[in-house]
Amino acid sequence: MAHKRREMLIDPLVDNNPITLQVLGICSALAVTSSLQVAFVMAIAVTLVTAFASLFISMIRSQIPGSIRIIVQMVIIASLVILVDQVLKAFAYEISKTLSVFVGLIITNCIVMGRAEAFAMKNGPIDSFIDGVGNGLGYGLILMLVGVIRELFGSGSLFGVTILETVNNGGWYVPNGMLLLPPSAFFIIGLIIWAFRTWKPGQVEEREYKIQTVEAH
Amino acid sequence: MEALLSLAVKAIFVENLALSFFLGMCTFIAVSKKISTAIGLGISVMVVQSITVPANNLILTYLLAPGALSWAGFADVDLTFLGLISYIGVIAALVQILEMVLDKYFPPLYNALGVFLPLITVNCAILGGSLFMVERSYDFAESVTYGISSGFGWALAITAMAGVREKLKYSDIPDGLQGLGITFITAGLMAMAFMSFSGVKL
Repeated sequence: MAHKRREMLIDPLVDNNPITLQVLGICSALAVTSSLQVAFVMAIAVTLVTAFASLFISMIRSQIPGSIRIIVQMVIIASLVILVDQVLKAFAYEISKTLSVFVGLIITNCIVMGRAEAFAMKNGPIDSFIDGVGNGLGYGLILMLVGVIRELFGSGSLFGVTILETVNNGGWYVPNGMLLLPPSAFFIIGLIIWAFRTWKPGQVEEREYKIQTVEAH
Repeated sequence: MEALLSLAVKAIFVENLALSFFLGMCTFIAVSKKISTAIGLGISVMVVQSITVPANNLILTYLLAPGALSWAGFADVDLTFLGLISYIGVIAALVQILEMVLDKYFPPLYNALGVFLPLITVNCAILGGSLFMVERSYDFAESVTYGISSGFGWALAITAMAGVREKLKYSDIPDGLQGLGITFITAGLMAMAFMSFSGVKL
């Protein structure tokens, strides 16, 4: 049992990553990654919301009538997000300003709904909680990876601490301004997916059309 | 009037919900394989968006904002913390109502859009539109304009994306990039193209 739970926690990190394989929750993954600190806060917030939403939904899963389950799930998730939002506003006002609408958008983050619907409705509270944490961490992993690349090469720092001295401050590094702009996030995630799938060829998607190769005669 | 027009152009091109705020990405990536379905989804998003943003604006002004309840005698009540849950509730309810109305009175339209409507409740673009409306404190006229034009911008982006992907499936792509990977990179290139609008001053 303990072994199975550990697997549930680790499996979503690479083998079954919510972003690169299940294509869930990309919206916020792209928007909040231009600085690592913000990405880190977002990753924690999503992990907490996913874990506790799964826990609570799983606890009341046999009481929820099938026809209104989406609304019940929504209410639980929205309440948790309001909690996160209020805590952030109280203790990390600057970050909550940078995250702006994206804290609220955790409600519609498909990872939370997806795990609630696919896992928590069928499994016990503790398993659901672990599954939620695992998926939140898998999401956080990609978020941090993109955040590191964008902040390190885009502004030469990590967590706001200068690593590569930029030219503007008298250093040698010419920052790649493109990485701070929205489109770069698409490219980086695309390349991360490429890397993951080269590492684990089982995740490669089928071609819709086979390319014909002409044999030499 | 001019201000509204410039707001509309800004919402469609410069601040495109899909390509510069990455909202509604899940559906944007998942439902952009064919142009016809993309158009269907785009139109549904536009319809829902142009109803929910003004509706949420009314709720904010008359129920939630500080002092908004003064008509009921509660002058110093501030319910803004209930914002998120009310907006998502309004969206879920409106989508449900829209589905029933379409089913009853416009069956052909329901058949065309029906499958997409449940998807829209969890589409970040819809909730995102309402949250931007709150953050930028639009008034009612502005939120009507913003709702329609941001929905149109999203529809435009997903239709263009579907057009690219329909051609793309015939091309020779490295195995690891197949499907999701190349879609992301295409979306990135489109986002760059849309950035060229950011110099437009109105």
